[in-house]
Amino acid sequence: MTAVIDVHELTRRFGRFTAVDAISFDVKAGEVFGFLGANGAGKTTAIKMLIGLLVPTSGRASVAGFDVLTRAEDVRRHIGYMSQRFSLYEDLTVRENITLYGGIYGLSDAEIRGRGDALIEGLGLGHASLERVAALPLGWKQKLAFSVALLHRPAVVFLDEPTSGVDPITRRQFWEMIYAAAARGTTVFVTTHYLDEAEYCDRVSIMVDGRIGALGTPDELKREYSDATLEEVFVRLARPAA
Amino acid sequence: MTAAGPPLRVEGLGKRFEATVALDEVTFDLRPAELFGLVGPDGAGKTTLFRILATLLLPDRGSATVLGLDVVRDLWAIRARIGYMPGRFSLYPDLSVEENLRFFASVFGTTLEAGYGIIAPIYRQIERFSDRRAGALSGGMKQKLALSCALVHRPDILFLDEPTTGVDAVSRREFWDLLGELKSSGLPILVATPYMDEAARCDRVALMQRGRVLAIDAPAAIGARFPRPLFAVRVHDRYALIQALHAYPHTASALPFGNELHFSDARPDLAPAAIAGELRTYLQSNGLADAEVTPARPGIEDAFMALMGTPQEAVG
Repeated sequence: MTAVIDVHELTRRFGRFTAVDAISFDVKAGEVFGFLGANGAGKTTAIKMLIGLLVPTSGRASVAGFDVLTRAEDVRRHIGYMSQRFSLYEDLTVRENITLYGGIYGLSDAEIRGRGDALIEGLGLGHASLERVAALPLGWKQKLAFSVALLHRPAVVFLDEPTSGVDPITRRQFWEMIYAAAARGTTVFVTTHYLDEAEYCDRVSIMVDGRIGALGTPDELKREYSDATLEEVFVRLARPAA
Repeated sequence: MTAAGPPLRVEGLGKRFEATVALDEVTFDLRPAELFGLVGPDGAGKTTLFRILATLLLPDRGSATVLGLDVVRDLWAIRARIGYMPGRFSLYPDLSVEENLRFFASVFGTTLEAGYGIIAPIYRQIERFSDRRAGALSGGMKQKLALSCALVHRPDILFLDEPTTGVDAVSRREFWDLLGELKSSGLPILVATPYMDEAARCDRVALMQRGRVLAIDAPAAIGARFPRPLFAVRVHDRYALIQALHAYPHTASALPFGNELHFSDARPDLAPAAIAGELRTYLQSNGLADAEVTPARPGIEDAFMALMGTPQEAVG
């Protein structure tokens, strides 16, 4: 299977501080990959390099077949991104957000209409399509933001703590959407502080002080460290960075 | 503190913001030296409740007393005696760790030195960074500094609004260890969290959703409120399992928990062994031959989801 994300010795320094220290890994098409680590371990810096927002100090990475350094614009065109707090414009309606993002990603008017209709229907948001996003409950916003991030059918979608603060049932519905996207072939790269969610991933990596401290399927990691849960593995490996 | 009364009493508290009901008839009290958790997702009303208790917001109805003092009438007396850690990072990012602490101490007419005894167990963990700007701290360290700032004037009760949201699992554990120590020193603590696993570390919890209290009890007792026999299902292909269980006509609930899925059956008078047997047969006939079905003990999160009825986003 081809690697959709291919990372080799990727490094980023800020002055004397090495935030990301020669990490290497790959993620395959249709895989749900959990990118874990303590606060300050280097996750955000690594993600910024993978989505073409931060230039690596050394090493290389390609995402969706494009080098993040030399083809950053193509990378951004072929990925979806959704973060913990911001993804949609709160003062625009559901429909306006879809139109805006569809336009940014170069979809035709017909595509925006067709995919927008399907998206709204799939989420059961028909009654709320003319509502301002600010008026939606957080769980709805996050599901909508995820769907919008998939609107241009990217090869990879990056989800940065997508379920923080979301109620437990909606959190699980969100993961069903992740599974469904992966089943359609979309690669999902996700960070979370809920370690029960990490168990839902095909493979996870745990970053520790800028390096990949462990990488494997949840079962492999639990076997390797003789722990019953990924939370125990995580606590064993991840020291909060100073 | 009045000797007889509870450190906190909330009665029929209500608050709305235009069409949104933020708090609806909320009633509970804290026992002396109790670690009491408010557990619920965003939009449950936790922050509104804290703002009323910290005398920053007036309730529309109902009443509340903190340390025997009325939150509307006695606001100045209350403010001097509570420690309040708001949900958003509340420190001055351009001041150093030590400057933040000295500032908060001086606001309450005291000094860092006078308050050192109570904050020492927490502050010692970040003291070597005392010159660092607060804005440059990691998430876990920010929370420890914010807790130190909320404690430096030796409050008689502590209000913590989601102190561990966005904080990694290691820092979360350390933070709760600290709360356990504070509690054993006799300090009553009201703490909000969206993490169900943290609820287990409280003496009692109130489960909240959309402004209402769904249940108040000890964590273990809340798990026992789950209304049906519960089973854990393990299978290799979990997405196929979820889809199969959504299609199963007898499913009452089918929700993933880490590497397993918790299932309950909608038929009230079927014996647990029969439920498990039928489920195994069904899964096997749907291509999930490796399915393991075992009885499970419901936890707080199971009970919470059962009490929620409809999820938060069931709008309109």
